Amino acid sequence: MTDTAIHAPVIHHEPGHGHDTSTGLSNPKLAMWVFLGSDCLLFGGLISTYLLLRHRSVAGLGPSDVFDIPFTSVSSFVLLMSSLTMALAVAAIVRGDVHRNRIWLGTTALLGAVFIGGQAYEFTTFYREGLGYTTNIFGSAFYTLTGFHGVHVSVGIIMLLSLLVMSLKGNLGPERAEAVEIVGLYWHFVDIVWILIFTIVYLIP
Amino acid sequence: MSTTTSVSEAAEHEVDESVHRHPSDTDYVKIALILAGITALEVATYFWKDIFGSTPSTLALVLTLFPMMILKFIIVVSYFMHLKYDNPLFKRVFVFGLVLAVCVYTIVFFAFEFFDDRFFRFLQRG
Repeated sequence: MTDTAIHAPVIHHEPGHGHDTSTGLSNPKLAMWVFLGSDCLLFGGLISTYLLLRHRSVAGLGPSDVFDIPFTSVSSFVLLMSSLTMALAVAAIVRGDVHRNRIWLGTTALLGAVFIGGQAYEFTTFYREGLGYTTNIFGSAFYTLTGFHGVHVSVGIIMLLSLLVMSLKGNLGPERAEAVEIVGLYWHFVDIVWILIFTIVYLIP
Repeated sequence: MSTTTSVSEAAEHEVDESVHRHPSDTDYVKIALILAGITALEVATYFWKDIFGSTPSTLALVLTLFPMMILKFIIVVSYFMHLKYDNPLFKRVFVFGLVLAVCVYTIVFFAFEFFDDRFFRFLQRG
């Protein structure tokens, strides 16, 4: 009984702390970190496959024929700035500033949508130029890698919009700041994966 | 029992420390500006020929771009994802997955003879 009292959770309004679990940490947050650790293996596999295959095409267009670096740079910048707005959304909800939290969540979702729009435009352009999914092995590896990343971003946008709807219904106050932080972790992960893809796939010929 | 009490107090102290050390909004903006600056430098390598008058070798590009990429990665993970301030267990879980991925796919590269003569000729190509 005394021990229970000693181990009683310390309640903080900071997300991810003060939960009554065996580790003393939030299980959902720990689960998200485990998921992100495992997702490193997924994207590691896709990036490695791309690197192994991109110069093995015997026909069709190659990376230097289709990539539009200035356009992709703008998309990358947009995704990078969405990480800033996400961090500001988390900081706002921790402070209890629900109004600013809504603004930053909406802005993050919007920037994510702009990035996905850019990717859709890029894929369409490449397809019109003659690079389909089955045109050659470079096309297959490229579309699979960037497509998987695009799906991750789209899932992130859905999560952000869900949080926004919850907030508008009054169900997302400072007491549920951890939910925003967990979605934020996912969003930042999607950003760091793009940091790798932008350099390895686009900038190194 | 005194041990469990001190462990609990230490954990509480650690939590309090992490609460107070989180970056402010201004800090986040500064971090984003640093990231934007590094990205601008990365994109500038695309215009290397226009700036320096010669095409860089792939090795020069890799040596220029990889440190910037790794720096951006570390900044986002440390500050935006709060790994610098959070409980070390989160860091261990994530780093484990990351290191495992690097090890597994390095083995894959060797298995598929990625680092052969063609690879080194490719690095020297202008």
